[in-house]
Amino acid sequence: MTLRRPGGAAPAFRTTLTTLLSHWTRRPSQLLALIVGLMSATALWSGVQALNAEARGSYARAANSFAGGGLPMLTAADGGAMSEAAFGALRRAGWKVSPIVEGWVELHGRRLRVLGVDPVSLPRGMGLDALAPGGAGTGDGTPADFLRPPWRMLIAPETAAEIGVTAGDAIAPLPAAIVSPLAGPGIALMDIGAAQAVLGRPGQIDRLLIAPGLRADLPDPSAVTGIALINRPPPARADLDALTESFHLNLTAFGMLSFLVGLFIVHAAIGLAFEQRLPLMRTLRAAGIAAGALALALGVELLGIAVVAGAAGLAAGYAIAGALLPDVAATLRGLYGAEAPDALSLSPWWWAAGLGMTLAGAAAASGGAIWRAARLPALSVAQPEAWRTAQLRALRRQRIAAVAVAAAAGLFWAVAPGLLAGFALMAGLMLTAALTLPSVLAVVLAFGARRARGPVSGWAWADARQQISGLSLALMALLLALATNVGVGSMVQGFRDVFHGWLDHRLSADIYLRAEDAGQADRLAIWLSARGDVIAVLPRWTAEGPVGGWPTELNGFTDHPKLRATWPLIAQIPDAWALSASGAGALVSEQLSRRLNLSLGDLVSVPTPTGEWALTVAGIYADYGNPKGQMLVANRALAAHWPGAERLRFGLHVPPGTAPGLMAALRDDFGLSNDQMIDQATIKGQSRAIFERTFTVTSALNALTLGVAGAALLTALLTLGAARLPQTAPLWAMGLPRRQIAMLELSRTTALALMTAVVAIPLGIALAWILVAVVNPEAFGWRLPLRLYPMDWLVLAGMSALTALLASLPSAWRLARTPPARLLATFAGER
Amino acid sequence: MPTRRAALRLLAGACAAPGFARAQGFAGLGSDAQGYAVPDPRRALVFPTDHGPHPRFRIEWWYITANLTGPDGAVYGIQWTLFRQAIAPDPQATGWGASDLWLAHGAVTSAGAHRSAEQFARGGVGQAGVVAGPPFAAYIDDWALAGGDLAGHGAPLTLTANGPRFSYALTLSADGPLALHGDGGFSVKSDRGQASRYYSQPWYQAAGQITIDGADTAVTGRAWLDREWSSQPLAADQDGWDWFSLRLPSGAALMLFRLRHTDGGHFLSGSWIAPDGTTEVVLAADIALTPLAHAEVAGRMVPTRWRIEVRSRGVDQVLTPLNQDAWMDTSFAYWEGPVQGDAGAIGYLEMTGY
Repeated sequence: MTLRRPGGAAPAFRTTLTTLLSHWTRRPSQLLALIVGLMSATALWSGVQALNAEARGSYARAANSFAGGGLPMLTAADGGAMSEAAFGALRRAGWKVSPIVEGWVELHGRRLRVLGVDPVSLPRGMGLDALAPGGAGTGDGTPADFLRPPWRMLIAPETAAEIGVTAGDAIAPLPAAIVSPLAGPGIALMDIGAAQAVLGRPGQIDRLLIAPGLRADLPDPSAVTGIALINRPPPARADLDALTESFHLNLTAFGMLSFLVGLFIVHAAIGLAFEQRLPLMRTLRAAGIAAGALALALGVELLGIAVVAGAAGLAAGYAIAGALLPDVAATLRGLYGAEAPDALSLSPWWWAAGLGMTLAGAAAASGGAIWRAARLPALSVAQPEAWRTAQLRALRRQRIAAVAVAAAAGLFWAVAPGLLAGFALMAGLMLTAALTLPSVLAVVLAFGARRARGPVSGWAWADARQQISGLSLALMALLLALATNVGVGSMVQGFRDVFHGWLDHRLSADIYLRAEDAGQADRLAIWLSARGDVIAVLPRWTAEGPVGGWPTELNGFTDHPKLRATWPLIAQIPDAWALSASGAGALVSEQLSRRLNLSLGDLVSVPTPTGEWALTVAGIYADYGNPKGQMLVANRALAAHWPGAERLRFGLHVPPGTAPGLMAALRDDFGLSNDQMIDQATIKGQSRAIFERTFTVTSALNALTLGVAGAALLTALLTLGAARLPQTAPLWAMGLPRRQIAMLELSRTTALALMTAVVAIPLGIALAWILVAVVNPEAFGWRLPLRLYPMDWLVLAGMSALTALLASLPSAWRLARTPPARLLATFAGER
Repeated sequence: MPTRRAALRLLAGACAAPGFARAQGFAGLGSDAQGYAVPDPRRALVFPTDHGPHPRFRIEWWYITANLTGPDGAVYGIQWTLFRQAIAPDPQATGWGASDLWLAHGAVTSAGAHRSAEQFARGGVGQAGVVAGPPFAAYIDDWALAGGDLAGHGAPLTLTANGPRFSYALTLSADGPLALHGDGGFSVKSDRGQASRYYSQPWYQAAGQITIDGADTAVTGRAWLDREWSSQPLAADQDGWDWFSLRLPSGAALMLFRLRHTDGGHFLSGSWIAPDGTTEVVLAADIALTPLAHAEVAGRMVPTRWRIEVRSRGVDQVLTPLNQDAWMDTSFAYWEGPVQGDAGAIGYLEMTGY
């Protein structure tokens, strides 16, 4: 028999769709589950993508905007400032140089790099051609405005937004702003004359960029200027993409996890809706609707829901990203020196890609159901399978999948080590654990059922087993969220403890100074040595260059018992300090040792202006948070190999409580700015703040993931609630009060969640181990000791139980209030 | 056609004298004289003071061209130009705040090659400037024109410039007096009263060495100096100019220019300079400048053969360039190169706005 209507297939399709949709009006909670699932999947994933895209876009702009780098340069041999007369003298001798002066200003609590340039002599193609004579200008001003008092400054749009500057504003001491992407983020770019005025350094320049294509017969620049000058290669441009890769991978991993958890919910909701609509669909098939049309109707229905939920999810993702971006920006700035904007500006592609991801996820989660609909026979009787057989089959399938995933992850780990493999290992471990969870729970419940006394208890255990099928996806999501919490929590808390201890030792000096130039450094040294309130003056000479191809800071030290006593070494050979002080050895940072695969006693070759310098690795120390490599070498040896080493920095040890007085004296006698002088407490405070902000995002994502898992549990229970009437009605019929049945429901769900938490703890510890032992060394170059925090786990287990309790409360409440008539109706044989 | 647009932008708010528009366009400025001094016909030029800069005026240049010959008779030309452009009427400002920008163009031309370069600089920080002297000095980076006296009557001047694949170093000394254009160096540039202060030294003897693509050649010949400064905006309806400086077999020298108006009503003027330095204005009615042939240079059609006539002086010659590809591929591009007449004239031609 076929249903025939005038008008053909289209009205039939419409009828099918309307019929299918009517299901949701009868089961709004299922619709809610579906939408919440899709929304959470989309929101966290797209939020994280927004953060990554914003930061990467900023790196790309930074690479294309002017930040004063990219060219070799002349600097004063003492590393300090020089007179601007050197510029004219060198130009007239044929040197195509362009002067730069730079410094910092603090504005609204934000440090802004003041970069003073001369657009007229700046080589073309450096990104400021618009400001050069004949250039197009900046839109807000002609080149002449930029070059003349009262001057203008260029500031990147995101930086302007951050410090609250709009075009035309002049916030003292800065000149009026031109908002333009020509300026690198975090930089106030202005004419050198303006910068000298802002920084209070008239007549001074810091370095001279050298244009490419110089004549070969140029005179010695030191002879031309009468200043000892050094020709330096361009500073290795920090490859922000590479430096920050680990950070973004971290965010992506979180986003992906949330996406998967969200899809678990979607899958559960769609599966349930399909089961419940089976009789309806059979009727439609029997009425002549083709299986293809049925599948199409299901697909269209899902597409509609996915588009709506996806759009809502994108809006939520935008809100999440907007809320987290300031912390992400602060982290990137503090940890990597990378500038990221504080405000979102997303391209249409972001929206399209986010929606695409939702649709793909919805299709993946519902593919099975639609496939089954497409193959639904026209005539068949309802054949509810024995749930036990089905569950056993499902559990076996999951176990096989778990073994396959574990094997694949292990194989990937074996053949492709590295950061990505670390994350793959993590993902593999978590998926394997999630897939095994239902089997583990089934075994535990079977064990409990065997031990059960009394019929109600026996029923409760058995019923819990029966419930695993319906709840398994939600429980898997809970497992993943809990394990992530344990793992990431251990890592962050462990890092925090180690970092604070390390800071205490590492920042051993009480005051850190940086002289303006060599003359001031000499005067400072004499002045300080004459004072009675200074215990030790430890000069720190510095140079920078690639070691083994990696940008590396060479820090000089003067051997002193204070330094030896406090500087923390992870590993050392005997006499490490003596060997390093002699100039034959070096202490290297953990990152450098890992990057160059250096062990104690190895020789490391350092390219210097006077040739290769071979140093024995005498010790390895932690240098958390530094994206560059670092070496500690003797001051004198550094100066011998690096005549141009900067000799401007000092660490001062002073008696307790005398630091503020000494700093005030330094300010009075030398005019040292806050930029040049900082006390230990301030640096520690800043470092701790950077640290905390770094993990603010991690913690926030962590909490959000747990929230999504809670939502998964809630929706699963909501959808199950109605379906469970047939199971609970007999108990009522046998005389069990509804209240007690509801209590049983509550305690069962809570117990399942607690069991999941128990499984999650070892999984979380394994995760923490992967993070500290595999991911961190790969990503950052340092390894942390694995620390465990059992108290945190207890709290977490309690929280998961509470989540489950809260999630099951509505269905239990409903059960307790179900009218006896409805319970009776379940025996009417509807199914 | 971006180059054409650049030329038009250059001419927007345009100018009447050769180089004026380039100097003006180079700082991206408006073009009225507000705040700047205006040329005053009652003021006589005073030397050597007027060899130096006039910071109260907006624009100014020191412009040298030379026609040179190698030991084998091969012919060459060089150009050396230094422009001063004020970006604000503030002659007192110093250091980075100084209101002068400087621009220089240098070129060497042979029959087979043309090499050019440009320099930019700011005043106030020792990178570029001019000192009237004595001794006179004009410099920008390592290019310079320096010596006893710009008029060429004291210790010899040295002239140097270099760029990618070329350089030159010449000494200059004059065997004739300065020539003041117009009325005692007050040169009218349009029917609407725009004017400049303008004098020349057409009588430099030049000797030295030029280097093209690494090959050195000793050269001797004649060089011509143009000095001009002004502040006034010029007609907006002029889209380019053709400017000639010629030494004639008779021993006289001739400066002619044509400012091309968009409506075809060109502004023509010039100076007849007798060997003793006496200068007479050549009136527009007396001048005929006729392009005879065009060629494609750097993607545009440029006149390459000219018939020039000054009827009252019996001048009627056809000029041919030494190298028709003498294109100044600088930020503001134009044609400038040595030319030779079929009746013995020798000199330089500048054409802009093509």
